Amino acid sequence: MQANDRVVFENVSKFYGDVLGVNRVNLSIPPGITSLVGPNGSGKTTLMNLVTGLIRPTRGRITVLGIRPDQPDELFRYVGYCTQFDSFPRGFTGYQFVYSYLRLYGCAHREAEDLTWKSIERVGMTEAARRKIAGYSKGMRQRIKLAQSICHGPSILVLDEPLNGLDPLVRAETIALFRALAEDGMHVIISSHILHEVDAISDQVILLSNGYVVAEGQIHGVRSEMQEHPMQILVRCDRPGVLAAKVFEQDSVVEAQIHKDGLGVLVKTRDPARFYLMLNQIAQNGVSIESVAPADDDVNSVYEYLIGSEEAPR
Amino acid sequence: MNPLWITQIMAVLRLEIRKTFLSKRGFWIYFLALMPVVMFVGKSIVDLELQRRPNFGEDTTVFATVFQLFYLRLAVFFGCVGIFINLFRGEVLDKSLHYYFLAPIRREVLLAGKFLAGLVATCIIFATSTMLQIAGLYWSEGWRVFSDYLLNGNGLSHIASYLGATVLACIGYGSIFLAAGIVFKNPLIPVGAILLWESINSFLPSLLQKISVIYYLKSLCPIQITPEAGTFFAILSINADPMPAYIAIPGVLLVASAVLVAASFQVRRMEINYATE
Repeated sequence: MQANDRVVFENVSKFYGDVLGVNRVNLSIPPGITSLVGPNGSGKTTLMNLVTGLIRPTRGRITVLGIRPDQPDELFRYVGYCTQFDSFPRGFTGYQFVYSYLRLYGCAHREAEDLTWKSIERVGMTEAARRKIAGYSKGMRQRIKLAQSICHGPSILVLDEPLNGLDPLVRAETIALFRALAEDGMHVIISSHILHEVDAISDQVILLSNGYVVAEGQIHGVRSEMQEHPMQILVRCDRPGVLAAKVFEQDSVVEAQIHKDGLGVLVKTRDPARFYLMLNQIAQNGVSIESVAPADDDVNSVYEYLIGSEEAPR
Repeated sequence: MNPLWITQIMAVLRLEIRKTFLSKRGFWIYFLALMPVVMFVGKSIVDLELQRRPNFGEDTTVFATVFQLFYLRLAVFFGCVGIFINLFRGEVLDKSLHYYFLAPIRREVLLAGKFLAGLVATCIIFATSTMLQIAGLYWSEGWRVFSDYLLNGNGLSHIASYLGATVLACIGYGSIFLAAGIVFKNPLIPVGAILLWESINSFLPSLLQKISVIYYLKSLCPIQITPEAGTFFAILSINADPMPAYIAIPGVLLVASAVLVAASFQVRRMEINYATE
């Protein structure tokens, strides 16, 4: 019986001897796509290994849909984990890798066979399934691990750098698969140090640095709470000089810069709502506005503001 | 319909048996098991070539000596080291243990499945070797002498005892080395310590002797060996307080069960952290 629908960390710390993994983490992760973002060594994999019981917290408590991670027989009925470990049982083909997992799960031969082919097909590995994994490319190994993690229809899918090694086409297909799984009501927890990859698909992000959670929530919400960094808005228009002069009339605008290409103005404002209202008036007064878009309302900017550019992931 | 844990043990068994038998790293175990077979077959061939009349009683004693001093103490011992330690430690070194740890299977069930797989492999390898050794040794005696030994002498009970001792050695040493592979990062240290403990067993106080495998196995061997007094082999073969089989067999099983229970507690707390291995 699932006690709740969240992955909960309560004051969780993990130390590897004297080395800090993560410290005092309090999180409550709802369904949808959640991205763990941070540079190498920030604690992303540690959090994922804690969720899946591969390691135990030094302090604190974790529950996954109300189940403790030290109960693997219960936990992995609901959880699939695509790890970053790039090693496989010796001599396995892709098919055997998934099929054997399902037999461990308790499936009978026929059921395991059906589920194996379904998940292999879903990651586009049908043709290579009978080949030994040792001969797979990095991208194929990633995909077969993904097939294994979804083969039993988990409610929570934990993916550690799942897009590593995938070519652009497969990357796009895989992201679409994550979206589809999340739309089915699944928790998809993804770690990545490539921000733009997860920015587009995440419902919420958890930003990590040196083992600490520095921000969490919907990325736009996190950004709007950062008062010390005025919001940057790029306005594309036909008369950027006129627009720049007009916007400076507003107190909350702290900077207005003609864009490098001369076709717009980059505005920094402490009150975006008021700025958007004023923009309507400017548009009615003869400046033709083509587009208005936040320029730093993304994970990358938030991460840089919070942690500093020298540490920011790519 | 089987309970889930039986289905899962069978799944682990299937995976592990294939890995254990076909592992290139394990070929030296076959060599260890076949060494005495080659020796006894060679002895029979020489007897037949030279038309030398074999001495049945002497052959039986030679077999008992080789079985106790080499086969149980070294061949089966190190065979179990090679197979059982690698069930967990080998997977940690290969960085593939997480495959099992991410399945909805209780760690104790996984441990049981792996132990059974190791046991099936070692029993098949070493029990087959025991049978082949007996066949090889008595080949030069001729079928009539051998069948007389089986049907009218103690042959059947001797063979059963040797096979039983082989299987119990696999159970006893297997459980210890399985646990060692879980607890220790460098298995050479516990292997050396256990080899030493088993070797000095005869010198230990009576109570401590019972916390070993070889103590019970010696009692199960059907023929007391008597190497030349004062030699190292004579010291190893001392069995001042032999146990009846009805105590020796449960004794080994008890030692193995205790070790496996301790190992199951340990495996439940085991973490995957390949970086530190």
